[in-house]
Amino acid sequence: MSKLSQLYQQVILDHSRKPRNFGKLEPYTHSCEGYNPLCGDQITIYLNLDENDIVREIKFDGVGCTISQASASMMTQALDGKTKEEALKIFHEFQQMIVGELDINDQTNSLSSSNSLGKLTIFSGVKEYPSRVKCATLAWHTMNSALESKNKISTEKEDLIN
Amino acid sequence: MQIKNKPPKALNINSIRQDFPILSQRIDNLPLVYLDNAATTQKPITVIERITEYLSYQNSTVRRGAYALSEKSTSFFNEARQKVAKFINAKQSEEIIFTKGCTEAINLVASSYGYSNFQPNDEIIITAMEHHANIVPWQLICEKTQAKLKIAPINELGELNLLELEKLINPRTRFLSLCHISNVLGTINPIKKIIELGHKHKIPVLIDGSQAAPHELIDVQDLGCDFYAFSGHKVYATTGVGVLYGKLSHLEQMPPYQAGGDMIERVTFEKTTYAAPPSKFEAGTPPIMEVIALGAALDYITNLGLENIKAYEHDLLKYAEEQIQDLIPEARIIGRAKEKASLISFVIDSIHPHDIGTILDQEFNISVRVGHHCAQPLMNLLKVPATARASFAFYNTEEEIDILIKGLKRVIEIFKY
Repeated sequence: MSKLSQLYQQVILDHSRKPRNFGKLEPYTHSCEGYNPLCGDQITIYLNLDENDIVREIKFDGVGCTISQASASMMTQALDGKTKEEALKIFHEFQQMIVGELDINDQTNSLSSSNSLGKLTIFSGVKEYPSRVKCATLAWHTMNSALESKNKISTEKEDLIN
Repeated sequence: MQIKNKPPKALNINSIRQDFPILSQRIDNLPLVYLDNAATTQKPITVIERITEYLSYQNSTVRRGAYALSEKSTSFFNEARQKVAKFINAKQSEEIIFTKGCTEAINLVASSYGYSNFQPNDEIIITAMEHHANIVPWQLICEKTQAKLKIAPINELGELNLLELEKLINPRTRFLSLCHISNVLGTINPIKKIIELGHKHKIPVLIDGSQAAPHELIDVQDLGCDFYAFSGHKVYATTGVGVLYGKLSHLEQMPPYQAGGDMIERVTFEKTTYAAPPSKFEAGTPPIMEVIALGAALDYITNLGLENIKAYEHDLLKYAEEQIQDLIPEARIIGRAKEKASLISFVIDSIHPHDIGTILDQEFNISVRVGHHCAQPLMNLLKVPATARASFAFYNTEEEIDILIKGLKRVIEIFKY
């Protein structure tokens, strides 16, 4: 598979065309707006966490490129039903994968991968495109900030280089 | 006066392309199709060789040192200032100040002229099509002086409406600053008329010429502008140098912008008197190599002839607009001014410019700019988060535009529903 088709795989194109969990969530327990002033991408993440810190509902809306929309869409699927702690672990691994610091083929045994990324490994192609890293991670940083109860973040203000 | 009505001569593009080493390199066996000239231009071999020669055999500081090397360096440096003066037909080279770029040139005027002249409730006019570099310096000085920033509107074609602009002028208006050519829309503003309009009301006018200097014959005396700013790296020289032209009468009145060596006449701990312009505004060791390279770059384009460059690039723009309109119906060109420089901003329905940029680069080795082009207020006005922009120089060809069209077809094929 070429580098480019690695980036724009059918699953990614499909999520970008028909984003899952798209729209506003009312009421919500956590929300944050993320903005990438370099390309104009803007995203809002809404979460409902129950008393045990489990994600019961998660939605997003906003505008952005294929990578940022698909990443947001697949993130909402991946985090639904996860605990806050699990969500942050997945975020951390996702980030590492995007900058090439996590080997997604590293498997501790033949049955399960050593990471919790599952379908999200489809974004590993992004590491070949440094200019697209922020597209892939915008939704994740925004989700992370929402859980930290921030209202607004910008890729140029926060330490979001990776 | 420069001669303005010489009929253009055809340029030998194949031979010109040989002058730019970067254009002959291939990546994955594809030629480089460089269409981001509004961001920065490529460098001709004469500029590259001039830099090598300077650094290899002539490097030394200027305006210092009683030794031959420094005297030589100073003389090249001064010669470059004269070349710049001639390039924009300034009355004298003392009116040419070297800055680190066009952005710094505008900041210099906003800080120095603005701080000493603007009072609370004074008004400064800019336009809706400005680059951040011609917005934010004025916002900052307005905050400091409590002056107000007024924005002249544009129409749906991306042109300024001079009647609307004139309506903004009132007895409190103190300054007008606008671009010669918009970096997003390509619109060539009727700056001579606008400068006359400003002067009718005794308002000084600054022209941000960063997009115009590589494409237009500039005659600051004929235009009558008070200030004209442009960048070195957009006129085939390097980054790290820019030019501010200012009428000597203004420069003499204005306080220094930065302080240090070279800008003083006499320093005691009680009082310092300042050097005359341009030195007053050039504190510290200047970008010597960059200035000398700028001189070489201006020689190169003057030798081609700005009128010839303009005619060729105009044909290229027409060809590109026709091809996009005819062959890429999904694309919408942003900016349809009657007078337009050789750049095209466009959007394609439901395909984000960032994705367009990645495909063009990866599959076709085409460099275009995607994003908001440092003009977020204009993007908001146009109701697009970003655009893709192809901007042409005299070394670009119709064949390259054909490759761009092929690339855009592929983009649509990948992303079509």
